[in-house]
Amino acid sequence: MSKISESKYKNFKADREKFPKMENGKPVIDLDSHKFTKIWQGPQHPGVTGNMSMEITLNGDEIVDAKTHVGYLHRGFEKLLERRKYIQGFTIVCRICVPEPDTNEYCYSAAVEELSGIEIPEKAKWIRTLNLEMSRIASFLMWIGGQAGSLGMGIIGQWTVSMRDFWLDLFEEISGGRIYHMYIIPGGVRKDLPKGFKDRARNLVTKTRKLLSDVERTFFNNSIIKSRLKGLGIITPEMVDEYGIVGPNARGSGKEYDVRQNTPYLKYNELDLNMLTATGGDAYTRAELRYQEMHQSLDLITQILDKIPEDGDIQAKIPNVINWKIPAGQTYIKAESTRGEHGFYVVSDGSKFPRRVFNRGASYTHAISVLEKLAVNTSISDLAGLMVSLHTCPPEIER
Amino acid sequence: MKQLLNRIKDKIEIEFLKQRDDLYFINVEEKHIIFLLSYLKEQEEFTHLSFLQAVDYNEYNMFQLTYMLYNYETKVNLGIKVIIDREKSEMTSIHKLWPHAWQFQRELHELYGINFPGSPRVNESFVLEGWEEIPPMRRDFDTKKYSEKTFYQRPGRYTKNPKDYMKEKLYKNFVEPPKIRRKDDE
Repeated sequence: MSKISESKYKNFKADREKFPKMENGKPVIDLDSHKFTKIWQGPQHPGVTGNMSMEITLNGDEIVDAKTHVGYLHRGFEKLLERRKYIQGFTIVCRICVPEPDTNEYCYSAAVEELSGIEIPEKAKWIRTLNLEMSRIASFLMWIGGQAGSLGMGIIGQWTVSMRDFWLDLFEEISGGRIYHMYIIPGGVRKDLPKGFKDRARNLVTKTRKLLSDVERTFFNNSIIKSRLKGLGIITPEMVDEYGIVGPNARGSGKEYDVRQNTPYLKYNELDLNMLTATGGDAYTRAELRYQEMHQSLDLITQILDKIPEDGDIQAKIPNVINWKIPAGQTYIKAESTRGEHGFYVVSDGSKFPRRVFNRGASYTHAISVLEKLAVNTSISDLAGLMVSLHTCPPEIER
Repeated sequence: MKQLLNRIKDKIEIEFLKQRDDLYFINVEEKHIIFLLSYLKEQEEFTHLSFLQAVDYNEYNMFQLTYMLYNYETKVNLGIKVIIDREKSEMTSIHKLWPHAWQFQRELHELYGINFPGSPRVNESFVLEGWEEIPPMRRDFDTKKYSEKTFYQRPGRYTKNPKDYMKEKLYKNFVEPPKIRRKDDE
């Protein structure tokens, strides 16, 4: 970076003791004084998958106060699930998150299996693990496009989203659907892997690695990206517990919390994976961490493809699904999505219908209380980049 | 984990249930909840609050609140279940223990009608705007009745018998072919 930008922007610090006036830790905002502007950013954003708006108060181009507003996407899934039979539920849960529906399918199915005491076959577990990792890489590819796009670098998004399409082709092969797969059902998975699938998946892993090396050269070595992302939205280690931060956002601040390793589910304990953490906690660190996690996912996919058994059942025996009564009880199943801990809390009262299904998405805290805190004192032009760097997914918030 | 449960049992009365190796549930009375949560957070390292949610048992006239905590060291999830009265539907706020708990409390206030006095921004709207009915996630809220009352069916939607429809619509102006006169007719 040149000296001008460093002296002009990096070392500039506004004197917050003089203006704006603070009361109870919040700025006093008088819109009639003409010193503030109130605008709405959203509900449409580049990079954020879904609709969510920020009500921001500006002083010049600096954000003084920010509030998240949701409600543009509320489809009432949790209410709908209370009136559906258990087997009807699994076509709904995948719609909670568009870029990564498989985590929802897995958590819901695993909760139903645990409550009804069904053990699924080995091969189904392997295929589920493969499916979850594939959905992680697809979601990450979309995210990095959004992160670059929100800073004005559209080309990365074109590359990675087109590569994501090839992953969606693989999903289409195994499940028949590109976006909503409805593949992981209570009791196992719907279909076996098609012939020649493993080779095609291995080829795609090689292709994706090649693309990622291009992305590294253009995105992570770009001085503009570096200067805009470094120091943006710093999450301190103390904030992690206070705000319930999970996933790469927490690991970027040094917190060792990855559901795949802390409480291994499916076949993750038989795979070779390391906990990736970083210190720094700013947007650039998180981006680098996610980039490493993409490589980790590709690594895991290769390992899983080698280990999937050729023969075996893919579906356990389940009772007649139309009159399927599940014993009373409650459980909480969690899995690691690209955004962090993603869980389903299912309560059964012994009838054919669930009493309560609650979906805990990572964006619930990231997009509301964390974003509102981090957005203050940043420039309005950086807000979109900050939003994507927390990997916000609004459908998880309102369910 | 057993030691922990014994330590809690020394202090207050609880019932516990083991669901999995890494998931336990504790039933506790309403008056002990703040003590238990702060004890678990400060002394026992249950520092991560995953969620706070409600389950409606309208036939027993009660709500069940679930606080899901997580310990990074022992890697155990602990769900704390409290029963509160459905008529009164009021609970102590925990925003002092976990600053992000206000979101869950705001959601519960809007969707279940459970009040958390003193919780920041608890009266703001979350996903609903201008809602005048009973809180929609309560089980006695009838979604079908509400949608029939609020929305109307688009006019012109009725089914037709295809055979009659074809005759009526398509062959209405059908003209019989003129008869060819022959000598024999006369």
